[in-house]
Amino acid sequence: MDNLLVVSHSPHITGNDTVRRTMLDVCIALIPALIAGTWVFGYRALVVTAVSVIACVLFEWLWGKILKKPASVGDLSAIVTGMLLAFNMPVTIPLWMVVIGAFFAIIIVKQFFGGIGHNFMNPALAARAFLLASWALAMTTWVAPHTSVPFWNTADVVTSATPLAAYAGTEGAVGEIPGYFDLFIGNVGGCIGETSVLAILIGGIYLIARRVIRIRIPLTYLLTVALGTWMFAGHDGLFTGDALYQVMAGGVMLGAFFMATDYTTTPYTPVGQIIFGIGCGVITVLIRVWGGYPEGCSYSILLMNIVTPLIDRITAPNRYGASKAKKRKEAQA
Amino acid sequence: MKQGSSYMKTFINGLLTENPTFVLFLGMCPTLAVTTGVINAIGMGLSTTAVLICSNIVISLLRNFIPDKIRIAGYIVIIAGFVTIVQMLMNAYVPSLSSSLGIYIPLIVVNCIILGRAESFANKNSVGKSAIDGIGMGLGFTCSLTLIAAVREILGAGTFAGVSLFGSGFQPVSIMILPPGAFLTLGCLLAVINIIAGRKKKAAQNAENLNAEGDM
Repeated sequence: MDNLLVVSHSPHITGNDTVRRTMLDVCIALIPALIAGTWVFGYRALVVTAVSVIACVLFEWLWGKILKKPASVGDLSAIVTGMLLAFNMPVTIPLWMVVIGAFFAIIIVKQFFGGIGHNFMNPALAARAFLLASWALAMTTWVAPHTSVPFWNTADVVTSATPLAAYAGTEGAVGEIPGYFDLFIGNVGGCIGETSVLAILIGGIYLIARRVIRIRIPLTYLLTVALGTWMFAGHDGLFTGDALYQVMAGGVMLGAFFMATDYTTTPYTPVGQIIFGIGCGVITVLIRVWGGYPEGCSYSILLMNIVTPLIDRITAPNRYGASKAKKRKEAQA
Repeated sequence: MKQGSSYMKTFINGLLTENPTFVLFLGMCPTLAVTTGVINAIGMGLSTTAVLICSNIVISLLRNFIPDKIRIAGYIVIIAGFVTIVQMLMNAYVPSLSSSLGIYIPLIVVNCIILGRAESFANKNSVGKSAIDGIGMGLGFTCSLTLIAAVREILGAGTFAGVSLFGSGFQPVSIMILPPGAFLTLGCLLAVINIIAGRKKKAAQNAENLNAEGDM
């Protein structure tokens, strides 16, 4: 008899999507980029990723343990944060810095604001910004692909320019401008997870096929970057920029598919997501073309993370049956 | 005996119970801006304390003469006078500290701790009590600033009051002496203080009750 009558709150129809399943999908989608990073930069890329993941999980577990909160390690979000953090660092990074980055991402950015679903910016990107502001040299020591990197004294390596620095002709950035094919398969200098466009595309298509992410943000983001750099990034005046090169170089691919699509820190309305993607693209172009850094992907996503609540507010859908005027009135109240 | 304990209470009130930085959130501008080093923090704290004590005394003395309608203007004139004195003295005797604090010395005039204490304490209380309040609040401010600066300087530069702590191998967390570090440090310290205060609230109440009984 009990089974015949079930009394419960709505919603009555539920899907099988869980946080755990979603995060597992993201982890799977990140694996091609990890393989590519390991192939380009050697086994140390794997070590950095492992340290980052272990540290993130450990801090997540410790926080729950110390504050006697329900265990949140099982939702796998700390693993995703750990992987993304590692993918945003050069392979030469000292391992203790990785651990401090993990602490900042998990404890300060995520748990201080209430844990999963409550952080106001992407933990991995915030940690990257923290590390970059603190140890700029270690965070920008790039090596050429297939350089053997010593395990401990990584400061002694021969550095090379990232594709973007080479393109911009930044002072001190010596190195040839790599070809499209090298950029596509990731045979260039840069952060561990950002170099291989192919690997990121495989992961991104998997996520879209699994309906974990929607294509709105990545597409608008990449198109805006392409358009903006074609117009302004050229050396011979307007409309001479190499848009394909700009989209494939640097962290835009990784950012567009894996970090600008984080549920918590991006708008949930379709129009809002398009605004978000365009905003990220515009800021990236601004930083790349006129800014002091060769790459602006991480800051663009962080800045748009901050305005996400505002975007959600102005793009909130009409309640069924409510008129536009009424909605405007409500928004003002 | 009762008089003495009330002075003591006023002093402790400024130092801990109503600590201007961590409890009242007053004077945030200098708190965030000058706490890049312990020396700066102590200099800022003590010069504010000096102004606070003097202005509290004078405002308390004049509290029956200043018309209510123009009291704020009156307070500002008094405070600005003392800040000018402190600024000139610092320029003369500690020029290096004076130049590193820069604009924040004249800005003591608009520090809300000083105006706040003038408005909420000195114009209602006796000269003696106002002076004690100034000392308590001033030292409370100095201690908070020094605490924040100690965290920021040790992490962000690897030094304490300019003395190197860890040797050359230490790579400082530079962000801690940059502006974001001020907010991070303040937030973390506030969290710690709130935890401690929450846990000790009951214990402190019990202890206060015991003290009160002891005084009688």
